[in-house]
Amino acid sequence: MECYLDNSATTRASENVIKTVTKVMDLDYGNPSSKHMKGFESETYLKDAREAIAKILKVNEKEILFTSGGTESNNTALIGAALANQRQGRHIITTCFEHASVLEPLKYLNELKDQPNFEITYLPVDSKGHISLDDLKAAIREDTILVSIMMVNNEIGAVQDIPAIGKIIKEKNPKTLFHVDAIQAFGKYDIFPKKMNVDMVSVSGHKFHGPKGVGFLYINDKVKVKPLILGGGQQKGMRSGTDNVPGIAGMAVAAAEAYGSKQENVAHMTELKNMLIDGLSEIHIDGVMIKINSYKDEASAPHIVSATFSPVKSEVLLHALEDRGVYVSSGSACSSNKPGLSGTLQSIGLSAKEADCTLRFSFCDTSTAGEVEYTLNQLKELLPMLSKFVSR
Amino acid sequence: MDKKLLIKYSEIGVKGKNRYIFEDMLVRNINSALKVLPGGASVRKAQGRVYVTYDENDYDEAISALTKVFGIAWICPMDQYDKMGFEDIAQAVNEHLKNTYDMLEEHTFKANCRRADKAFPMTSVEVNESIGETVLNEFPNMKVDVHDPEIMINIEIRPYDVNIYSKAIEGLSGMPVGSSGKAMLLLSGGIDSPVAGYMIAKRGVSVDAIYFHAPPYTSERAKQKVVDLAKIISRYSGPIKLHVVNFTEIQMKIYEICPHDELTIIMRRFMMRLAEHFAIKNDCLGLVTGESIGQVASQTMQSMLVTNEVCTLPVYRPLCAFDKLDIVAISEKIDAYETSILPYEDCCTIFVAKHPVTKPKLDRIVKSEHKLDSIIDELMERAIETTEVIEI
Repeated sequence: MECYLDNSATTRASENVIKTVTKVMDLDYGNPSSKHMKGFESETYLKDAREAIAKILKVNEKEILFTSGGTESNNTALIGAALANQRQGRHIITTCFEHASVLEPLKYLNELKDQPNFEITYLPVDSKGHISLDDLKAAIREDTILVSIMMVNNEIGAVQDIPAIGKIIKEKNPKTLFHVDAIQAFGKYDIFPKKMNVDMVSVSGHKFHGPKGVGFLYINDKVKVKPLILGGGQQKGMRSGTDNVPGIAGMAVAAAEAYGSKQENVAHMTELKNMLIDGLSEIHIDGVMIKINSYKDEASAPHIVSATFSPVKSEVLLHALEDRGVYVSSGSACSSNKPGLSGTLQSIGLSAKEADCTLRFSFCDTSTAGEVEYTLNQLKELLPMLSKFVSR
Repeated sequence: MDKKLLIKYSEIGVKGKNRYIFEDMLVRNINSALKVLPGGASVRKAQGRVYVTYDENDYDEAISALTKVFGIAWICPMDQYDKMGFEDIAQAVNEHLKNTYDMLEEHTFKANCRRADKAFPMTSVEVNESIGETVLNEFPNMKVDVHDPEIMINIEIRPYDVNIYSKAIEGLSGMPVGSSGKAMLLLSGGIDSPVAGYMIAKRGVSVDAIYFHAPPYTSERAKQKVVDLAKIISRYSGPIKLHVVNFTEIQMKIYEICPHDELTIIMRRFMMRLAEHFAIKNDCLGLVTGESIGQVASQTMQSMLVTNEVCTLPVYRPLCAFDKLDIVAISEKIDAYETSILPYEDCCTIFVAKHPVTKPKLDRIVKSEHKLDSIIDELMERAIETTEVIEI
């Protein structure tokens, strides 16, 4: 049996997405910047995609910027907004818990040779992976230009209260911009930036059955962002480069599908999540300590379960599961060669050793209860065997 | 005029009556190395030298290929003319200099004539003197230096043709691969064993290889890395038959049954036995390892005595007297280093005791090994049966 439980890494494209992408590549292959009919036809796809996505977020279609994916969206939001608004201040707030595509651009800003430097405040998280709203309130200053907080954490599925955070930010400093990395949240949650006081939202296409290499960034019309990719002036100069029409059209189809059946999907995935968490907590094997880092309630996203299987190294367990057809992610790389352990796992209080024994299971709407059951059975078989072979 | 490459070899030249065997092997290897040239090439052996006729546009590719062929001492780019008189020779020398060097800069030179055509009207000394004059007349920045010239202009006057060359690119020397029999290399994903394979090939030895794979403790990527390393060795050694042995069962049994501080030694003894099995099956005359005396616990002289004991074939250890830094330098030179240090987890580290024996006693190891008697034959047989062979 093959169980793909690594949907937070990427998903399989849906049939309609594949059809749309193929059609655009095969028949409507024009460059939307071309003045002839072929170009016009292809531009229609962009317009429709923009409209479809804007409708989901309840925003103006002008406010959608297509990018090459989540990483570019985050880079553009952070570096672009920081550079465009630096005269107002050079202080940025984030959490210690973000994806590398947020942390690295911020590190870059911090290390810019300009004087004064961009100053970054990293908010801690509790054992469930939530920031404290009081901490946030205290951290916002007169010169805070930007707060960047992810909606759903990619490793453990912790969900932040974005509306409450947005409210606090704007109350304390109306000029402070709020960026949300919604890469793991899109398709699973309603995201209404205007209502939530969010100024920028990053999304990646391939996390919800869309194609890879495409994503978007919502940017509130009033927010100034400096473009990072310069050239032919596509997308009103905000992101040059020939538009990825097949990818964008495919992503729009995927987004419409995701929100068309969002409620059922979320209910289904929540059921699977709870089933896996219950199943894991019922496994009792001598010498194995199972610690579940995700929660059955709203505190965790419906599609992510993180669990620690001390003292079995995640990479060994991952390959053993792979051998049985179960595909998952390790929370972090093995430590003997790579000391770069997951910052997320340690920020919620896991030890380095525990982080090294942590796996992530992630579902999508087509995952089944049978897959969860099969996976639990494989774990029950493998863990007693693998736990015998650990460094003593 | 034809552009050719004159290939000089050193060590083969001192061979006796069997010299032609080495020469033919070298010609064969040069031919197969030059197969990559888009313009094709022909290789001819004559009077203790090898001439390569090729398309001058392929110069860089040709040199890059030939500097990976063992047995070549020097490669000289050469202008070959039909038989001609002194005036034409002088003209050709000037052309050669103009095409090879920046003649606006200062250089020192010496003419070095070899007159195999005894019917030529001038002696070698006379040619040298006259060429000195014509070169000095043509290029005011040239100076004669008969002791340590920067440019040695070689002029070979032969019955049917005249060769002119001045540059010599150093080859790898060593012996043509295939002239010394075949050996089985124990190849891991590390730095040492690929270097050992390269070194043994340098003495004319053809190489087959064996890799011990331990899924799920070693991943598919780790195996791919070994395949990539074998490809790098094969640039020098020619085709390699890589045996991938599934070693997990044996490793786990040793871990279960034998004392932990002896794990590595016992494991290596079984690796040697399996390597010897496949060596004999493939007509190899010896085993090759990357061991270096004292580098790790299993590579002390005492340990090697104990692992060596299970082999009947000689075990060649080309790196036994090398320091790690010297090995790294060769690894970098042959372009293996970057691949060797890729961090694909070798979770085999869990099979390594914290304090392994460094001075094992043979009788004690043999005694520990006897504990495996009841099952080991079956496990070895299964490992042999399931071995995968990859032609590289």
